Amino acid sequence: MLVPVAFFAVFFAWPVAAIVTRGLKADGVWRFGRIADVLGQSDIRHVLWFTTWQALASTALTLLAALPAAYVFARLDFPGKQVLRAVVTVPFVLPTVVVGTAFLALVGRGGLLDELWGVRLDTTVWAILLAHVFFNYAVVVRTVGGLWAQLDPRQEEAARMLGASPAAAWRKVTLPALAPAVAAAALMVFLFTFTSFGVVQILGGPTFSTLEVEIYRQTSEIFDLSTAAVLTIVQFAAVGAVLAVHAWTVRRRESALRLVDPSVTARRPRGAGQWALLGGVLATIAVLLVLPLAVLVRRSLDGGFGYYRALGDADGGTFLVAPIESVVNSLEYAVAATAIAVVIGGLAAAALARRDAGRLVRGFDALLMLPLGVSAVTVGFGFLIALDKPPLDLRQSWILVPLAQALVGVPFVVRTMLPVLRAVDERLREAAAVLGAAPWRVWREVDLPMVRRALLIAAGFAFAVSLGEFGATVFIARPDNPTLPVAVARLLSRPGDLNYGQAMALSTILMVVCAVALLVLERLRTDRTGEF
Amino acid sequence: MLLALDAATVRFGGRPVLDAVDLDVAEQELVCVLGPSGSGKSTLLRAVAGLQPLDSGRVLLDGHDQARVPVHRRGVGLMFQDHQLFPQRDVGGNVAFGLRMRGEGKAQQAERVAELLELVGLPDAARRAVAGLSGGEQQRVALARALAPRPRLLMLDEPLGQLDRSLRERLVVELRELFGRLGTTVLAVTHDQGEAFALADRVVVMRDGRIAQSGTPLDVWQRPADEFVARFLGFDNVVPATVEGTVAVTPWGKVPVPEGSGQGPRTLLVRPAGVRLVAADAGLPCTVAARTFQGTHVTVHLQPQDGPRLAAACALREAPETGDAVGVEFDAAETVVLD
Repeated sequence: MLVPVAFFAVFFAWPVAAIVTRGLKADGVWRFGRIADVLGQSDIRHVLWFTTWQALASTALTLLAALPAAYVFARLDFPGKQVLRAVVTVPFVLPTVVVGTAFLALVGRGGLLDELWGVRLDTTVWAILLAHVFFNYAVVVRTVGGLWAQLDPRQEEAARMLGASPAAAWRKVTLPALAPAVAAAALMVFLFTFTSFGVVQILGGPTFSTLEVEIYRQTSEIFDLSTAAVLTIVQFAAVGAVLAVHAWTVRRRESALRLVDPSVTARRPRGAGQWALLGGVLATIAVLLVLPLAVLVRRSLDGGFGYYRALGDADGGTFLVAPIESVVNSLEYAVAATAIAVVIGGLAAAALARRDAGRLVRGFDALLMLPLGVSAVTVGFGFLIALDKPPLDLRQSWILVPLAQALVGVPFVVRTMLPVLRAVDERLREAAAVLGAAPWRVWREVDLPMVRRALLIAAGFAFAVSLGEFGATVFIARPDNPTLPVAVARLLSRPGDLNYGQAMALSTILMVVCAVALLVLERLRTDRTGEF
Repeated sequence: MLLALDAATVRFGGRPVLDAVDLDVAEQELVCVLGPSGSGKSTLLRAVAGLQPLDSGRVLLDGHDQARVPVHRRGVGLMFQDHQLFPQRDVGGNVAFGLRMRGEGKAQQAERVAELLELVGLPDAARRAVAGLSGGEQQRVALARALAPRPRLLMLDEPLGQLDRSLRERLVVELRELFGRLGTTVLAVTHDQGEAFALADRVVVMRDGRIAQSGTPLDVWQRPADEFVARFLGFDNVVPATVEGTVAVTPWGKVPVPEGSGQGPRTLLVRPAGVRLVAADAGLPCTVAARTFQGTHVTVHLQPQDGPRLAAACALREAPETGDAVGVEFDAAETVVLD
């Protein structure tokens, strides 16, 4: 428990506190008046308003698109379901930069829609909303569908026997059981879209800006640290509130539901209605999820493998090194970040899973989720400010990037490991102890074999998330050692077809690496492996 | 004494779950603790195993206080209620677990595993996955696993709880034979009186964390210590009575009792076999309220004009129909004055 707490104190709380302090303190005096000043500016209020309504709209659209899919995956049985489940999850682990790039290729200048019908959406809010739906589709399908598949259909049958119509049985029995899961999924989507950075940065253009993008702009372009600090605090408060509600719904969800093996609740579609639903869901997945990625790949292949070959050249001045080297950088960083995240997250999950864990420890559970929502830009910039003097001068160290990426990976590790660790029956441990196993031996013989898979899955998620981390890395990755997402963003920021094509090519490589990591994970997945 | 509990007390949130329990188990004795759920019997086993620390009192094994001995060094075996087989190990791996913890060689392990699986009637099952076992098979594997390290005391928590009736009856006989042959000292807990009586040398009835009665199955069956024990054993004909000599005055009228019974205000038990049905105009007039078929006999539920219902055991052919009017007489040999 001490190790994760220390980790978060040094590499999360301190940098964030350092940057907030720097922004709000002048000549040793706190200037809280800045908060009111900043919030009074009309352009800032506009950013706040846009951030909120686009997050709400994205959440609503995602629920609308993904809830039917949750039903289809939970209750219907059809060939290729396993593969499709993996396909649906791919976007979630894709780096935001890739998602942004893919939608740019679909709806942007010279994109597919532009070619076919002359429609361009990249300057409208629709591109952002669609990208958000694309990105978060899996969150809803997995969270809601996962529970739906485990709800005992006999509960509905019991209601039918008591005289309820099919619709009434669904409304009175299934819906109340699902509601907390739907709420939890909606909150997660809201959280992700509220703090969206990469997608908005690429698709938003000059007109649309979320809080996170504004923090980045204030910090790195205008150098107005006090405004950035205020915005960080605002985002922190909003995220804290959302997480508190989320923790509450999770607790509600864990309350006594009769769960059954998901494999017994699904059956072949019957009747025109179910076939139509299945068809509709498949079509949605094809258009919404597969098409943007396909377009991305196709654009990267315009003119053969030219763009890929160009990645190997160090000319052009975009980088000090050839873009392709960012692949190696990214992989190295991601491996290091995964190792850190698994150790820290594993220790935290083990501490949280203890039955005698007190209120204090449980509170830490919610705190661990904070890095998901706190401005990654702030964390990245905070690293530069806080970790630049002895005893911790890491500014020149390569470890800075993996440390920042691990921060984002830890919540995934904890969320994946915790349910599995909590599900290990205490009496199995007791059985081992009675048979003569000392405490550490009990852990090795009982816990470890059961969590090994979850550990691998957690590592995979941490890997994919580290690979795609953008907000913090963009600050701290050194110019001669860019990661993949940073390289993509830099290529996109420069004019010319060659840069654009190279961005597409690099994104495709990133997508393939993430997708492969995910498909390996799908093979390992067990029934009870957390929320993601 | 192999096991001795000395005023063992466990409280959950101030409420005593074990309340100053004294219990001795001798070498090779087969003791069965019997009680309704919540009577503290599982806590008793957990306290002996070291899984539940005592709030006061002592647990002694071979005369040594176990307060500072951790679970894994106590050398007792515990078979859990729902077996708790390790799901990721096969049958052989489960049975060998305790041997491995003691650091025994591979060869000895394999030999002992084969020996035990043979003993519990599952030869050649060593490579099977535990998920594929039936309830009865899991039960046997759990037993083999608990026996493998040769514990000085074997504890069984509801050993046959979840099995169906015919399997349960067969296994009780098998277990008793097996423990007799091996000379194992056994402390079992159950809520099923049939199981306890069939299995044990000595039955200990628990109520609210205290021992209500302790004795041989025959003792306990013939002379329940109090109303609670009598009712828990399934006797319903229990009424307050005033005893004078060999006659008890009850809501059912005067009932003869054996000589030497306690005198004055008491509680009276009439076993169903002691309720004799006679002609409607003789004895205590009753109406037949219901009859339940019990296999070897019929239990007839009788409603007297005054007083609580009576249960009578009746031969199949002689059982009256529901609604019939009958008379009742009592047999002194089948009545017991309690307290």
